[in-house]
Amino acid sequence: MADKKFTVLDLLELDLQGHDSLNLRCVAGRKGLTRALTVPDVNRPGLALSGFYEAFAYQRVQVFGRGETAYLKKLQEEGNFEIIHKLFSYQMPCCVFTQSLEPPEEFVKISEEANCPILQTDLASSDFSSRLLRAASNVFAPKRTMHGVLVDVFGIGIFLSGHSGVGKSEAALELVERGHRLVADDIVELSCVNGNTILGQGANTQISHHMEIRGLGIINVSQMYGIGSIRSQKEVQLVVNLEEWDSKKIYDRIGTEQKFVELFGVKVPLLEIPVKPGRNLPIILEAAAKNERLKHMGYYSAKDFNQNILKWIETGEAQAVYYGGDDSY
Amino acid sequence: MVEKLLTVKNRAGIHARPAAIIAQTANRFECEVTLIHEDITVNAKSIMGVITMAAGYNTVVKLQTEGADEKEAAQALEELFESKFEEE
Repeated sequence: MADKKFTVLDLLELDLQGHDSLNLRCVAGRKGLTRALTVPDVNRPGLALSGFYEAFAYQRVQVFGRGETAYLKKLQEEGNFEIIHKLFSYQMPCCVFTQSLEPPEEFVKISEEANCPILQTDLASSDFSSRLLRAASNVFAPKRTMHGVLVDVFGIGIFLSGHSGVGKSEAALELVERGHRLVADDIVELSCVNGNTILGQGANTQISHHMEIRGLGIINVSQMYGIGSIRSQKEVQLVVNLEEWDSKKIYDRIGTEQKFVELFGVKVPLLEIPVKPGRNLPIILEAAAKNERLKHMGYYSAKDFNQNILKWIETGEAQAVYYGGDDSY
Repeated sequence: MVEKLLTVKNRAGIHARPAAIIAQTANRFECEVTLIHEDITVNAKSIMGVITMAAGYNTVVKLQTEGADEKEAAQALEELFESKFEEE
């Protein structure tokens, strides 16, 4: 797998909106914009600035807040530039000055010589740090493309998998017609965020929300159905494997046991649904989504049903003691 | 599993028409047919997948077939790439 480096320039060009936006601009050290970010983490270089470089996390993005900037000014007034030279002798990806603080001139000069990018943002240090961690963990999340269709049904992200021609796209089209949303057809890029969430999105933004229907060709779902019918990204909460009805196979008829599939080590609920001409697949998928939502709220329909049956049987047995005339006790 | 490296010989690369021919050819066989280009793995039986690869002229893609008729499938697809998808 080709590992493309994520550079500081890529960080500046990330398309982040609203509460995710980093508001970064480069104020110095442009030659170093090709430096790569290797870890999705930030560091406040307080200890390093005071002269302690043991275990200095230089691979992280260095964040300079009010304290650090004031200390740099003090160093400049004292004419103490050794520490700054030492700082830049490490191959840091970049330095970010938050709250629109200006780095002192000598600091900028040394950074230009060292080709280390100096960036500035108007955000507060803690806000910037948490936004950067979020953005970086998305970039560094393990990714993989899978063949299938991802739809958002009643708020549940359902990934339809199965062989070509089994009817995934057609089922998704019917779901869109019923008001649900298409995330991606055919190629879904899955990424694991925070080690416990699987996000799915279209692998290619140019052909996203296009669907191939045999006999019809390639259709543009967003044009046909509008903005309310599509979604750019959704968490994968349920995997439905569609297969041709196999009379020899045993399909789940009760639903008390939950099967799982492992994606990036995360267990996602799995349903195996047999497909047969005449079977209304979209309605089964809608019911599956609603059932999944009930499970999230703690209502397990099949288990409740079984509990009620058990209670009913017990009541029957309890009554039999009085009415049965059995002398075995 | 049968693996082959195939080169795209069309000037226009793999656009809609060649992608459709690849998908139709792959669908004739029972085995799994996969095409890999850089870090994108696609199911060759789906047109959208093949188009996503954005494989242009002179690109090398890896073909993987797995199943009962894997050898015939690999052979058919190799011939298809060689014949420039019946375009030139």
